[in-house]
Amino acid sequence: MGKNRLPSQKRTPWLLLGPIYLFTLLFVALPILYLFLLSFLRRAEVWGVDFDFTLENYRRIFEPLYLNTFKESFRLALLSTSLVALLGYPYGYFMAKMGPVWRRRMLLLIMIPFWTSALIRLYGWIIVFRSNGVLDRLLMGLHLTEGPLKLLYTYPAVVVGMVYSLLPFMILAVYSCAEKLDWTLAEAARDLGASSLQAFWTVTFKLTLPGLLSGVVLTFIPSMGLFFIADLLGGNKIVLVGSVIQEQITRGRNQPFAAALSVVLLVLTTLMIRLYRRLTGTAKLEGLV
Amino acid sequence: MRTKKWPFVYVGLVTVLTYVPILLTVVYSFNESKISSVWGGFSLRWYGELLRDRDLREALVNSLILALFSCLAAAVIGTTGAIGMYRKKSRLNEAVAMVSMLPIMIPEIILGMVFLSVFSLMNLPFGMVTLVIAHTAFCIPYVYSMVSTRLVGMDKSLEEAAMDLGAGPFRVFWDVTFPAIAPGILSGVMLSFAMSFDDVVISIFVTGSRVNTLPVKIYTKLKTGVTPEINALATVLLAVTVLLLAGAALVGRQKRRRELPPGEHSI
Repeated sequence: MGKNRLPSQKRTPWLLLGPIYLFTLLFVALPILYLFLLSFLRRAEVWGVDFDFTLENYRRIFEPLYLNTFKESFRLALLSTSLVALLGYPYGYFMAKMGPVWRRRMLLLIMIPFWTSALIRLYGWIIVFRSNGVLDRLLMGLHLTEGPLKLLYTYPAVVVGMVYSLLPFMILAVYSCAEKLDWTLAEAARDLGASSLQAFWTVTFKLTLPGLLSGVVLTFIPSMGLFFIADLLGGNKIVLVGSVIQEQITRGRNQPFAAALSVVLLVLTTLMIRLYRRLTGTAKLEGLV
Repeated sequence: MRTKKWPFVYVGLVTVLTYVPILLTVVYSFNESKISSVWGGFSLRWYGELLRDRDLREALVNSLILALFSCLAAAVIGTTGAIGMYRKKSRLNEAVAMVSMLPIMIPEIILGMVFLSVFSLMNLPFGMVTLVIAHTAFCIPYVYSMVSTRLVGMDKSLEEAAMDLGAGPFRVFWDVTFPAIAPGILSGVMLSFAMSFDDVVISIFVTGSRVNTLPVKIYTKLKTGVTPEINALATVLLAVTVLLLAGAALVGRQKRRRELPPGEHSI
C-alpha cells in the first residue's frame, strides 16, 4: 500500500469521518470532560449548579459512609467476578472443545438468555428466592429446612443475581479465545511427557489467559454499576456506589457530588483496563462484541 | 483426542441452571393465582391483562421507536466512520475511534450520569430526543467494531481491481465494499437493537417523566410490587427472542450449506 492509493481515498474521508468525529466530540468527549468539571463545582441552593470551584465533593467521598459504600461495592464486584470466572472459564473452555455443531447449539443456548431482558431474568430469581417461593418449597419438601428461609433481599441473593447476569460475558470471552487455540500445542506437550494437568497449566491455560482476563474486566466493570440488581434482589439493604449515584441525582439533587462519585468509579475502572493491558499486552478486549 | 463425558455434564448442568428462572417465569405466567408461590390452576388471565394494559403498550412502542432510531443512526455513523478510518489511518483517527468506544467501556451508570448532567446543562427537554442521543452513543461502538473487523478481513485488492476496471467511488462502494461489510453492519445493528431495547440504567437517567421505555416501566413495576402480568410479558418477549434467534440460525445454516464445502463452519 502507500503509493497506489485509491482516488476516492483523497476525497471521501471527511464525508465518511465527519459524522463519527462530530458525534464523538459532541456527545462523548465533551460530556465526559464536563463530568470532570462538574465534580469540582458546587450544588446551587435551589436547583442546578453554581460555577465556582470546590474540592468539597471529593472530600465528602472520604466520609466513612461513602468510603464504606466503595469498599462494599468493590467487595461485591470482586466476589461476583471470582465466582463468574470459576463457573465461566471451564464452560467456555469445554465449549471450545466441542464439535462445530454442538458449539453452535451451545452458543445459541447462551445467547437466548443474553438477549432477553436483564430485568426479566432477574425477575425469575425473585420467584425462586421469595419467601415461600420455589426454593423454599423445594427445600421444605425435601425436609432440609423447617420454614421459609427469607432469601430474597439478602446478600447471597444479590450475588446470585450478579453472577447470573454477568456469566455470559465471561463464557463468550473465554470461548472466543479458546476457540482460536491451537490444540496441537497441548498435545505436543503431552507427547513430550507432560501430564495432562501440566500440559493444561503450562500451555492451554497460558494461551487462554487473555480470554479469562478479558472476561474479568468485562464482568468487574459492569458489576460496580449494576445498581438495579442490588435494588431488586437486595432490597435497600445493600447500597452500592451505583445506588448512591442514582440517589444523589434523584432524591439528593446533588449533581456535582454524583459526578465526583462517578469520576472516582471511572478512574478505578480505567486502572483495571490498564492493568489488563499491562498483563496481556493487547488493547482489544476478547469477546467484547 | 479422547472424548470425556464430564465436560458435557458440566456444561449441560450450568446451562440447565441458567434456564431455571426463565422457565419458572414462563410456567407462572399461566398461573391463575395472583400470588406467585401458589399454583391456582392454568389460565390465560395475565395475557388478557397484558393486552389491556395501555401503559405497557405505550412503553413497548416507545422502546421499539427508540431502538429503531438509535440503531439506524448508529448504523450510519458507525459504518461510515469505520470505512473512513480504515481508508485513512492517522493518530487522530485512532484517538477518535478510541473515544467513540468509551460508551461501552465505562460502567453504564457513569454514562447515564454523563448524559444526564450534560443534557441538563444544555437545557434539552428529557424525553425521546435525549434517549435517542444516549442510545446512539452506546450503539455506535457495536456497529463500528463489527464493520471494522469485516474491513480488516476484506481483500483490499478487490477495491483496487474495481478501480482499475474503471468503476467510480460509489460503484466501488456499492459493488465491492458494501457486500463485504454487510454482514458486519447487520450483526452490529442487531446487537445494537438488542442492547437499546434492553437498556435500563442509561434510560432511567435520561428519560423524562412522560416517556417510559419498556425496561424502565418493568423496573418501576418490579420495585413497587410484583404483578403476574410481568410473567406474561416476559414469556412473550422470550418467545419473540427465541423465534428471532432460531430464524437467524436457520438462515445461517442454509447459507452455510450453500456456500461452504462440508466440514467448514462459521459462526
